[in-house]
Order: sequence, then C-alpha cells, then structure tokens
Amino acid sequence: MLKASQPTGIHTHGLSTDVLSGLLSRHGRLPRWRDIVRYVSPLALVALWQGSCSVGILSTHLVASPAQIVTTAWSLMRDGTLEANLGISLLRAVSGLSIALLVGMVLALISGLSRIGEDIVDAPLQIMRTLPVLALVPLFILWFGIGETPKVLLVALGATFPVYLNFHKGIRTVDPKLLEMAQTLGLSRGQTVRDVVLPAALPDLLVGVRYAVGVAWLMLVVAEQINAESGIGHMMMDAEDFLRTDIILVGLMVYGLLGLLSDNLVRGLETWLLAWRPLSPRRGENA
Amino acid sequence: MSTLSSPAQTRPGPMVNAVDATVTVTGLTRRFANGPAVLDGLDLHIAPGEFVALLGRSGSGKSTLLRMLSGLDPVTEGSVHRPDDVAVVFQESRLLPWRRVWQNVVLGQKKDDSVRARAEAVLQEVGLAHRSEAWPLTLSGGEAQRAALARALVREPDLLMLDEPFAALDALSRLRMQRLVAGLWQRHRCAVLLVTHDVDEAVLLADRAVVLESGRIRTDLAIPLDRPRRHTDPQFEQFRQTLLDALGVHDD
Ligand SMILES: Nc1ncnc2c1ncn2[C@@H]1O[C@H](COP(=O)(O)OP(=O)(O)OP(=O)(O)O)[C@@H](O)[C@H]1O
Ligand SMILES: [Mg+2]
Repeated sequence: MLKASQPTGIHTHGLSTDVLSGLLSRHGRLPRWRDIVRYVSPLALVALWQGSCSVGILSTHLVASPAQIVTTAWSLMRDGTLEANLGISLLRAVSGLSIALLVGMVLALISGLSRIGEDIVDAPLQIMRTLPVLALVPLFILWFGIGETPKVLLVALGATFPVYLNFHKGIRTVDPKLLEMAQTLGLSRGQTVRDVVLPAALPDLLVGVRYAVGVAWLMLVVAEQINAESGIGHMMMDAEDFLRTDIILVGLMVYGLLGLLSDNLVRGLETWLLAWRPLSPRRGENA
Repeated sequence: MSTLSSPAQTRPGPMVNAVDATVTVTGLTRRFANGPAVLDGLDLHIAPGEFVALLGRSGSGKSTLLRMLSGLDPVTEGSVHRPDDVAVVFQESRLLPWRRVWQNVVLGQKKDDSVRARAEAVLQEVGLAHRSEAWPLTLSGGEAQRAALARALVREPDLLMLDEPFAALDALSRLRMQRLVAGLWQRHRCAVLLVTHDVDEAVLLADRAVVLESGRIRTDLAIPLDRPRRHTDPQFEQFRQTLLDALGVHDD
C-alpha cells in the first residue's frame, strides 16, 4: 500500500501523453480519430451498463444504474447530505495534508542539510516507511478514540512519508556542479540553501506532494469507513446497511473526482512554480 | 590578496617577482587517495593583466590546478598566492535554471538599486542583452557560455579562470567566443588563465602558453605576437608548431 511513497518520477506521466499527441499530429487525421475513440469506448461502457440494468441482467442490489446514480446524487445534493459529508471529508484531508507537509518538509530539511540530522532523522523514518500505516488503525483508535484526531493523524502519517522521502532525495541530489559554482561565487551557506538547494529540490518536493495527496485520500477512505459519524466514507458505509448501491457509487464518484481535482491542483502548482522548466527542451539549439 | 598554503611548507620555492605577480604558485603538489601525484611540485607565476593559456594532455591535471586556484580544493602541499577577486568559467555554463539570465549574472552580488543596470551592462558586453529576461534552459550552448562569462566579468575579478569554456561549442560559436574573450580582456585587463586543448586558441589569445606534463609546467612559451592575430601569419604557424611538439603531437 505504501508503494505510492516510492520516489519514482510519475511526473513524466503527463508529459508522455503530450509527446504522443505531438507525434501523432504529424500524421494528419490520426489525433482526431484517436480523440473520438477515447470518448466512445467509456461512453459505450456506460450505455451497456445502463442497458443491462434496465433489462434486468444486472441486479440493482449489486450495482445501481447510471441514471439512478445521477438522480441519487442530485437528491443528496438537494437535501445537503452530500455537501455536509464532503465538507467534513475535505476538512480532514486538508488538515492531515497540512500536517504532513509541515512535518515532512521540516524533517527533510533537517536530514537533508546536516549529516547529524540525517543520522538522527533518516534511519527511523526509513524503517517506519516500510510499515503498512493502515495496520496502525486499531492502535490509533485505542490511543485517540473515535473523534477527529485519529482520522486526521492517519492521513497525516500516511502523507508525511512521500513528502519527506522525495524532498530529502531532492535536497541530497542537488547537482554538485551548481554547489561548486555557488562556492566560487562566494555565496554564504544560507544563500546557497535559499538560491541553489531549495529551488533544485522543489521539483522532487512537488512529486512528493502529488503522492501525498493520493495517499491522503486512501487513508481517508479507510479511516472514514472504519469508524465515523460523518464524511463521504461514512455515508457509503451507512448506505451499505440499506443496500443503497446508488449512494455507495455516488461516494465512489466523489472520491474519484476529489482525487482528480487535487491531482490537477498540484499539477497546476507545478506549472506555476516550475515555470523555468521549458516545455520542450531546446538546449544546444542556435537562437 | 590571500595566501593558501599547507601548514608545513615543503619547499620554500623561488620568491622572485612574487610580489608583483597576481598569481604565485609554489611547489604545489596534489595527489588523490595516495595515488601518484597529479601535480608534483608545480610552480607558476601570472603577472597582472597577463593572459596565460594552460595546455596539457587529458588527465594531466589542468582542472585540478584550476580547482585549487579557485579555492574549491584545499591546498595541502605547497602554496598558492592569489587575489581575493577571482572568477571561474567552467566548460558547462552552470547557470541556475530557476533564475532569469540577469539574476544569474548578479548572483551573490549586493542587491542595491544599480544591480539590474550592472547586469544589463555586462550582458550587453557579451551580446546577450536581448536574453536577459530568459530562463537559462532556453539558451543555446553559446548563449549560456556567454552568460557564464558575463557572470564572471560583473565581479570585476583580478584573475579570470576559464576551464575549456568553449570546448562544447560548435566551431563557429567558438570563433565568436574567442574574439569576444579577446575583446573583453583588452578592456578589463584582468589576468586570465585559460585551460584549452586547442593550440590555435592558445596562440590566438595568450601572451604566454604553458604546458602541464607529469605534474609540472614543462614548457613555458611566450607568444609576443601583435594583436589582432591571424592564423595565416607565418609566425603564428611557428608558435603553433612549437606547442604541438611540446604536446607530443607531430605532423608528418
Ligand atoms: N576527485 C578525484 N579523485 C580521484 N582522482 C581524481 C579526482 N579528480 C581528478 N582526478 C585525477 O587527476 C588527474 C587529473 O585530472 P584533471 O581533471 O585535472 O585533468 P585535466 O588535465 O583537466 O584533463 P582534461 O583535459 O581531460 O579535462 C586525472 O588522472 C584524474 O583521474
Ligand atoms: Mg579538465
């Protein structure tokens, strides 16, 4: 489950589709055809789903029909249930993520910028990251009861590792040539950290943040389904008792949308903060 | 002036004209992990405003010498006497990708009102004024090297060290850069130590060419040609041949 915290470069994901479409656009009509196929196949699946439900091949006790999901979503929004639960879930995710960002970044700075700090901080964190955080749920309930604390802390704990690991790696792998350059320019240690080390580690930090957001939702789903009186996860568990597959699927969709939105948010942050990275590298080309 | 020297100086070394020299290197020795000495009791003087080309085979220790002169590596044996204001340009531009070109140029400089103007002025000098707002990763190789040169010049160093600064450039850009460096040097009159593999470049630019071999300066060749120099000059060819011989390269 903590696979997500491995510092590998998922940020290439968005790039590869760009490259692909760039390649394809050179071959004339191909992209338009591809675009159509892209939307046709999911739409066909939804149609098939709706058809099977209407005809009765799929029991609505197992899966609600798409039309039912839309109506349910609409009514949940009208009576405010969805907003209330969504608000609670968002609050938990945001508080947990904020703690994770703060703790992860501070720890990474300590262990990235000093040898002693690394000895003290890095070893325990490397050991702890191999533990499945979700296995701590029973312990967290024992320690913190069933209020907001264990949920927020679970999110925070899970999301801290990707932030720490990626930022630490970023700080440690700053191009030594740039550090040498800073030295020959007579930059002080503080200036070097501010102007060279931190900006150089920023791309890795953002990769970490993206993982952290993913992990945060995962943690939240589990935390809210195990014990909660509110939140999207609670709404879904409640629905289970009444065999309301439509509400469960609405919850699933909300989680999906939240994941998508937050990922796009971080991506937007990347484009904004890393404006210095040219979209198409043209090094060595003559201007 | 600052003097970097080992706690126990092994050789006193000649102190002749050390007083007025910009750089005085005496008995400098450097070895890596108890291997053979890369620099072995090296002596070198550079007069104020003098343009010295440093040649030598690959692995002869040119970069090692430059690193010690620039203070990147510690002096453990021998002594190095050099001005406080030195600037280095490496083979790669080493610009910070997250700072605009002009910000890179004045990196580490005091941030007063005139800082931007100084950056613009020196970028103008290297012909890069139109790119001052650009991100470094969008520069061409030649432009990036000119930016690095501007960053060195804005500090008005007494000693400018260049470690194969044009090696990665195409022939045409290299010619343009050589002309640029010659012009800049005539205006700024700082001492220059240029590491190069290119004998033509050495003869074209330098007052003196020194060849590093087995840890010491084995050849020290003054090049008293008038400037601007032409490749077609018979004397040019003569100096070129002498240097090639010193490097162990012979035309048959
Ligand atoms: N950090 C290091 N550790 C061990 N050996 C080193 C180190 N730096 C340089 N050397 C060795 O010292 C010798 C001189 O290296 P140096 O980089 O000074 O050569 P150079 O004259 O600049 O060569 P080139 O023309 O190829 O740049 C080489 O044999 C190299 O392997
Ligand atoms: Mg070298």
